Order: sequence, then C-alpha cells, then structure tokens
Amino acid sequence: MNIINLIIKREYLTRVRKKSFIIMTIIGPVLMAGIMIVPIWLSMQKTEKQEIQVIDESYLFKDLIPQKDFIDFDYPDISFVKAQETFYNSGYDAILFIPDNILEGGKTIKLFYKKQLSVSIEEYIGSTISKMMYNVLLAKNKVDVNTIRDAEVNSRFNVITEKLEETGKSKKTNTGLFMAIGIGGGVLIYMFIFLFGVQVMRGVMEEKTSRIVEVMLSSVKPFHLMMGKIIGIALVGLTQFLLWVFLTIALYSVASVTVLKNIDINQVQQKAEVLKVGADLNYMQMKNIEKPNVITAVWNDFKSIDIFTIFVCFLFYFLAGYLLYAAMFAAIGSAVDNETDTQQFMMPITIPLIFSFVIAQNVIQDPTSSMAFWFSIIPFTSPVIMMVRLPFGVPAWELALSMLLLIIGFIFTTWIAAKVYRTGILMYGKKISWKEIGKWLFYKA
Amino acid sequence: MNILSAKNIAKSYASHTALVDISLEIPRQSIFGLLGPNGAGKTTLIRIINQITRPDNGDLYFDGEKLSPKHIHQIGYLPEERGLYKKMEVGEQAIYLAQLKGMSKNDAKIKLKYWFEKFEIDAWWNKKVEELSKGMQQKIQFVVTVIHEPKLLILDEPFSGFDPINANLIKNEILQLKKQGATILFSTHNMGSVEELCDNIALINKSKKILDGSVANIRRQFKSNIFEIEFSGNMMGFTNSLWTYGKLVDHTIDGELFKAQVQLSAGTKSNQLLEAVLPVVEIHSFKEMVPSMNDIFITKVNEVGNNK
Repeated sequence: MNIINLIIKREYLTRVRKKSFIIMTIIGPVLMAGIMIVPIWLSMQKTEKQEIQVIDESYLFKDLIPQKDFIDFDYPDISFVKAQETFYNSGYDAILFIPDNILEGGKTIKLFYKKQLSVSIEEYIGSTISKMMYNVLLAKNKVDVNTIRDAEVNSRFNVITEKLEETGKSKKTNTGLFMAIGIGGGVLIYMFIFLFGVQVMRGVMEEKTSRIVEVMLSSVKPFHLMMGKIIGIALVGLTQFLLWVFLTIALYSVASVTVLKNIDINQVQQKAEVLKVGADLNYMQMKNIEKPNVITAVWNDFKSIDIFTIFVCFLFYFLAGYLLYAAMFAAIGSAVDNETDTQQFMMPITIPLIFSFVIAQNVIQDPTSSMAFWFSIIPFTSPVIMMVRLPFGVPAWELALSMLLLIIGFIFTTWIAAKVYRTGILMYGKKISWKEIGKWLFYKA
Repeated sequence: MNILSAKNIAKSYASHTALVDISLEIPRQSIFGLLGPNGAGKTTLIRIINQITRPDNGDLYFDGEKLSPKHIHQIGYLPEERGLYKKMEVGEQAIYLAQLKGMSKNDAKIKLKYWFEKFEIDAWWNKKVEELSKGMQQKIQFVVTVIHEPKLLILDEPFSGFDPINANLIKNEILQLKKQGATILFSTHNMGSVEELCDNIALINKSKKILDGSVANIRRQFKSNIFEIEFSGNMMGFTNSLWTYGKLVDHTIDGELFKAQVQLSAGTKSNQLLEAVLPVVEIHSFKEMVPSMNDIFITKVNEVGNNK
C-alpha cells in the first residue's frame, strides 16, 4: 500500500473512532434542529386558559375585551379592594386593574398575578387595551374608525424581493434567508478551519513529544508525514460535515412529519420572524397556494438559492481554506516543544481568519462593496468572506479568480510549511523565534 | 562485501560542523560499535545512514548499491530518544509501523504475534501504549525495529531503559539476529557491552574519526604490557625479585592476598618475569592486562589534538 495512503488511513481512523468525534457528530445536528424546531413546537403547545378578573373603574371596557382561546375576561361587580381580598381563593389567574382616569393618557393599567404570567399574555392585554383606547379616543373626537382602519390595513404590505436575471426571468428571493445562509456558511467555515487546523498542530506536536517522529522519519519522508496528517484530518472534517448535513436533514424530516405536522400558520407567524418566513406565508396566501405550511415555505426559498452551487462551493472553500491554514498549523506544531510556545506563533497566523469573521457582518450588509470584493479574493480571508457573499450571487469570474488564488495560496503555504516542518520536527530545546524559523527556510534537505 | 560503506561523509549545520571526512566499512553479519562522546556526531551519522538527513558531501553504499530510498525497508532503526503513539493500541500500532517498512498487513500480524509471545507481551496487544510500563514499551519498540527482518539494524543505546534481565534478553536477541544473518550497527556509552558484543568499532570525537578497527586489534594496540599477578607471600621479596624484568606499577592488599601490577620491561618476555617471581611467592594468578574499551575511549579522546 502506498506509504502516504497508510498515513492518511491511520490519521483518519484514529480520529473518527474517538468518542469525542461521535459526540460532536450527534450534538451538532441536535442543537441545530433544536434551535429551529423547539420554538415552533413550543408555540404550538396549548397553554392553560388564563382567567382574568377585570376591575374597570373607567367603565369603558365592560364585556368588550375580545376573548381568545387562551384567555378569558370576567367582569364581576366588585370593588378593587374586595377583588384583591378574594383573589387567592378565587379561580382567577390575574386581576386586571384599569384606573378611572385612563383617558387622560400616560396612565398605567396593572396586572396582579399569582403565578408569573407569560410575556405573550402581557403583550396581548397591553396591545388590545391600547387598540381599544385608540378607537375610543377616535370616536370621542368624531373620527370615523372605519376610515382609519381601512387606511391602516391597506397601507400594510410586505416587501418581496425578486432577482431579475439578464435573461428576463425573475426569481423570488428572500434576503433574510440569504443573510442566514451567508453568515451560517461563513461561521461554519471559520469554525471548521480552526477546529481541524488545531488538530493538525496538536498531532504534529504529539509526534514530537512522544519521540515517535524519528522512528517515522526512518520510514517516510517528512513531507509525506506532514501531508498524510493534513489530508487525513481533512477527511475527518469532511466526514463530520457530511454526517451533520445528513443528520440535520433526517431530524428535520422526522420532525416535519411528526411534531410540526399540524402547525397553524397564524400561531406561528410571530415565531417564524427569524426565518422571515412570515412574508412568504403571506405571499403564498396571496398566490393562493394550497395549505401553506412552514416547511414548504422554507423549502421554496431554499430552492430559489441554487443550494447545490452553494454546497459545492462550501466544500471547496472548506477544503482549500483548511489546506491553507493546516499547513501553517503543521509548521507551528513542528517548531515548538510544548503547548505554551504555540501561542506566540498562532496569533499572527490566525489573525486573517479572525479578521474575516469580524468583517463578515459588514459584508453581509453590503455584499457587493469593494471591501467584500477584495476580501473574497485574498486567499487568507476568502474562505469565510466568499461564503458570506455567495447566496447573494457572485459573478462567475470573481468566483473563479478567488478559487484560483486560494489554490495558489495553499500550494504556497504548504511549500513553506514543508521546509519549516522538515527542520523543526527534529529540533528540540532551542528557543524558537520567527527569525530562527526564517533561517530554516534556507536549509538544505 | 560490506553491508555498509561510508566514504568521506561531511555534514555541517548553520551553527556547527557535525561530521568531517568520516569513512567506515561495516562487514556483513558483524556487530559494529559506533562510539564517541556526546555531541561527537554519532547521531548525525546515524540519521544520514537512515536517510533522515542528507550529507553535504560523501557517498554511502548499501550492499554494493548507492544508498537510496528503496533501502529503507532493509534497515531497522531504534533511535536513542524513542517513543510510540501513546493513545494508539499496541497491536494496531505495531502493524502500522511494520507496514511503513514495507511489510504486508498479514505478514506483519503473524510475525508480530510470534515476537510478542517470545517476549511475553502477548497480553498487551489491545492495550494503549500509555497503559504500559516503560520497560514494556521499550520491548515493543525493539520488536517493531526488528520485525521486518532488516539486513542492517541500527541501534542507538538499545540497553537504556532496560533492567538487567531485559537487557540480557535484548543482548541475546541481538546475537541471535546476527547468527541469522543480520548486521548490527550499535551506538552506546556502555563500554562493557561493546567488549561483549562488538566485532569492530569506530570512535568519533568532535566530528572526526579518531580510531577504528576490530576490538581485538585495538585492545592489543593499546596494550601497555602490564601484567597482573595475584600472590600470597612477602611483598618486599616480590618487588625485589622483579629485578630488571619488570617494574611495580601498582598493588593492592586484601588480607593475605596481594595483587600487583607489573610493567614488563622492554625486550623481556612474560615467561621471564614469571620465572623470576616463581621461587619467591605463592602465585595464584598471572595474566596480561588488556586495556578496557572504557580506558581506550578515555585515553584516545583526551589525547592532545583530539580534544580541541
């Protein structure tokens, strides 16, 4: 068997069999699914109907507050003092106290509770009362409520963005979703490069500390040992990512057929704000799409993004970005004798990566700015920044240029790393500085 | 033909010179000792033979051919600073290292089982290396060095880390391997083992070779014609009887027993000395003192010109 394949196989197998790998593989999708599914599921839970006792000293609201299936209003004819006295023995969950001078504006209504009320109850009561007040005040001033209402309803609209292609076709787009995917992709790449790059560094250091490196070098060339490790760990990262994708899809599919099946659109409207799905649900209602449901809405948006291209690009930028940084991590690992010495070298190497993470926010707001352009081209920042730009569409030539430069980038860092690795791996005890490492670049084999 | 032939090897690093014009020949099926003080250049030379580093100048021949990567599979190397992957299982790791030396997986498994049983470390096959004691780790390290039946075995301080019993085990294995056709290049500070095992040696100091040859010849070369005589009787009488045949250099007393070291005079035969003292004292033993490798090492390294 080819030597380098042997090394790759060993590096791969020892890592995927570790408990930590298996745990990470499971935790990732579970967390992801949890973040998406749990809030939706929670909002579906039928909560206990709240019974509210209304003490209305203004006499404006008697029997008028709209009942909902989660809240009931009762208007007993008793004083506030009496209500408070009998509160704990009554079956009421809360007392709503409305002062008599409420029309003067700026007053407060109070909700007294036994058990903490949910925020949505507070919000519902607050907004309902305020709306009712609004109508009362309008009526008092002889403004026709219906005129106002029509104006309000008719002025409400959703912005739906559509991309107009050169060919004349238009594709409905969802900016919010783009942003989510862009940032998500950028963050994933950043995380993966760091996580697996550091594994390379640790692996190299382990070989140095345990002294097995000299035995290894009597069988294989230093370059093969370095590349075998880098490639082996790349495959571990790839495996982890693919497993994550499959598990997340599987979890989400299972959830959509079980937990999320009977979701009521209106209930979910508020909660789905994060995905900006609300707009799409309205859109679908507009276009009379049958039985809109959350899953279909999200899926349609996904389809509009050409998810396949993004997936392929993600794989490319993950691998190429990883190769670029992993080589440098390998070099650092070979130069030092212990963990603490790595700090001084890791800093400058990882600054471009961290920097790209920081400016990703800006790029997401303006994906076509010159800052976005340049940092999606420069090899050290392109893995993260290009991923952020991709959902918004990137001209083919820019993408090609970025990929080409990244390939040249990792070839370059690998070449430098090989020289450093070759010398550093057998050097112990010397206090290593940047100057020292620089010298190694000129040593002969 | 010699299994290894090194001609005019030179190697320098930026900060210092490691080897200057080193040449040596290692005959087949022999045990060759590579000796020298710390920092002399031994490890550099060993790394060059293992093709871990390349010399600046000089040629190396393995079994008649120019030394090249294909010979890696015919060489086994046990470094002085040695170790294994701590978190990897013993059996799996041994197979991995054997495969890197060109063995097939199955072949490796079979041979390893044989060695593990021989060394009684069979039970550790599935354990992680870090669970083993140092002595056991060293045994495993030795096994993976010899497993692929290399023609040339390079052992750097093979006995360090072993207790006397295991050191003896290793020593016997080395002799056994030699009998089976292997050549051993052996670097050590333990001069006792050199005397016991080595056929030939080379002594390196400060990047130069200052001595080489067969152990027997070298010891003869450094003979200083001193004889050790154990006797009981009268010390004074003994000394007087030496007359012109020899000069008393040193002596010790142990109860009734005297041990005298006598420098034989030039031109005198040992028999003459013996005849001289025979009538005077009761002789218990009479033998020529051949210098130890330890003494030769120290003498040679401290010689003027060699220690600059």
